[in-house]
Amino acid sequence: MTLIAAKDVVVSFGSTPALRGADLSASRGEIVAIMGPSGSGKSTLLHSLAGILAPDSGEIWFDGRRVDTMGEPERSTLRRERFGFVFQFGQLVPELTAEENVALPLLLGGQRRAAALRQARAWFERLDLEGLEQRRSGELSGGQAQRVALARGLVCGPEILFADEPTGALDSLTGERVMELLVASAREHGTTVILVTHEPRVAVYADREVIMRDGLVNTLTPDRIGS
Amino acid sequence: MVLRVSVPLTLLGLLEREPSHGYDLKRDYDTFFGRGKPLPFGQVYSTLARLARDGKVVMGDVRPGEGPERKRYVITDLGATEVDTWLTEPVEPEPHLQTVLFAKVVLALMLGRPAEEYLDTQRRAHLRRMRELNEIKRGENLVDMLLADHGLFHLDADLRWIDLTVARLDALAKAVRP
Ligand SMILES: Nc1ncnc2c1ncn2[C@@H]1O[C@H](COP(=O)(O)OP(=O)(O)O)[C@@H](O)[C@H]1O
Ligand SMILES: [Mg+2]
Repeated sequence: MTLIAAKDVVVSFGSTPALRGADLSASRGEIVAIMGPSGSGKSTLLHSLAGILAPDSGEIWFDGRRVDTMGEPERSTLRRERFGFVFQFGQLVPELTAEENVALPLLLGGQRRAAALRQARAWFERLDLEGLEQRRSGELSGGQAQRVALARGLVCGPEILFADEPTGALDSLTGERVMELLVASAREHGTTVILVTHEPRVAVYADREVIMRDGLVNTLTPDRIGS
Repeated sequence: MVLRVSVPLTLLGLLEREPSHGYDLKRDYDTFFGRGKPLPFGQVYSTLARLARDGKVVMGDVRPGEGPERKRYVITDLGATEVDTWLTEPVEPEPHLQTVLFAKVVLALMLGRPAEEYLDTQRRAHLRRMRELNEIKRGENLVDMLLADHGLFHLDADLRWIDLTVARLDALAKAVRP
C-alpha cells in the first residue's frame, strides 16, 4: 500500500528548474534510496515529499491525503507528528546537550520535559550512545553526532523518516554503522525511509533505488542482464 | 572483481605456518580462500607434488604403518622465499580499464543504439550484486565481511565510472561518430 507519493512534481527556483515532473512513491515500511548526481533534484524532491516545500505543480500524497494543498499549520503538524528527519550534518543545536537535542521534537510537540528526556534517553542505548547524554554537539565525534541526529529523527516514532545524505559527512566505517542502525530501527518499527544518497554503498541498504537526473526520477530500466 | 588467488602460492603460504598434512591444507584453504568452492583433494595433492618437484616443499617421513595421506609437507627455503616475495611485492594495480563495458558503450554510440539504457541496465546489475554483498556483510564472519567489502568498493568504482560516462555520453558520441 502506497504511503507517500509525488506525482508529476515541478519545482523551480527562479529560472532554475529543480524538478521537471518527478514521480516517486513508497509503501509503508519500505526503504527507498534516491540516488543521482549533485544538482539532480534529490533534496528538492525530498523536501517536496516532506511538505517543507510547496511544488509549483504536481501532487504530493501522504496516507491518502493531499499534502501540497494543505495549509502550512496542517503541514507543520504532519511534519512534527508523523515525519522524522535526519540531514547530512546532524544539525544539532549546539547549546543543548545530546539528550536535549533528541528530546527536542517531543518538547516542541508539547511534551513535558521529564517525560521527553526519559523517552529520549531510551534511544541512547539503542544507538550505542550510552554515556554521551550530557555532551554537547561540539564534544561528539561525527558518527556520534549523526547517531544523536538519527535518534532525534526517530524519537517521535515517525511513519516516515526523511534522510538526506545521512552519512555524507562520515568515513566509510562510521557511515556504515549509522546506516545499520538506521535500517535496523526502521525495520523494527516499520518506518518508511526516504533516503537520499549519491553513494551506491549507502543506497544498497535500501529495498530499492531510483536514480534522478535533471529533475526527473528514472526508475531503473528493467533488468535484461542474466545473472 | 573476482579474487583469484593462486592455489600453489596459497598452499605454500599455509605451509609456512607449520608443516601440515594435505587435509589440513585443504581445510584451511576452504575456510579462508575457497569461498564456497572447495579445493578438490586431487588438486591439493597434485599441487603439492608439483611444489615438491620444483623443490619448494619436501615430504616429511611417513611413520611406519601410516598411509601416504599421513604424509606431512614441509616448506623449503626456496618455497619460503617465494611466499616472501609474493607477500612483499605489491599486487599489479590492475588498470580495470572496463574493456567490455567500454567497448559496449563505444559500439552502441557508433551504431546509434541506446548506450545510456545499456549503462542503466549495467548499473542495476551492479547494484543488485552490491546488495547481495551487503547482505553477506551482515553475517558474523569477519573474513567474509572483508572480502565482501573488497567487492563492494570495486563495484562502487565501476558505478562512478558509469555515472561519469553517462554524463559524458553526448561528447563521447561526437568523438566516436565520424
Ligand atoms: N534554495 C535554492 N535556491 C536556488 N536554487 C536551488 C535551491 N535549492 C536547489 N536549487 C537548485 O535546484 C537544483 C536541484 O538541487 P537539489 O535538489 O539540491 O539537488 P541534489 O540534492 O540532487 O544535489 C540545482 O540546480 C540547485 O542548484
Ligand atoms: Mg542534496
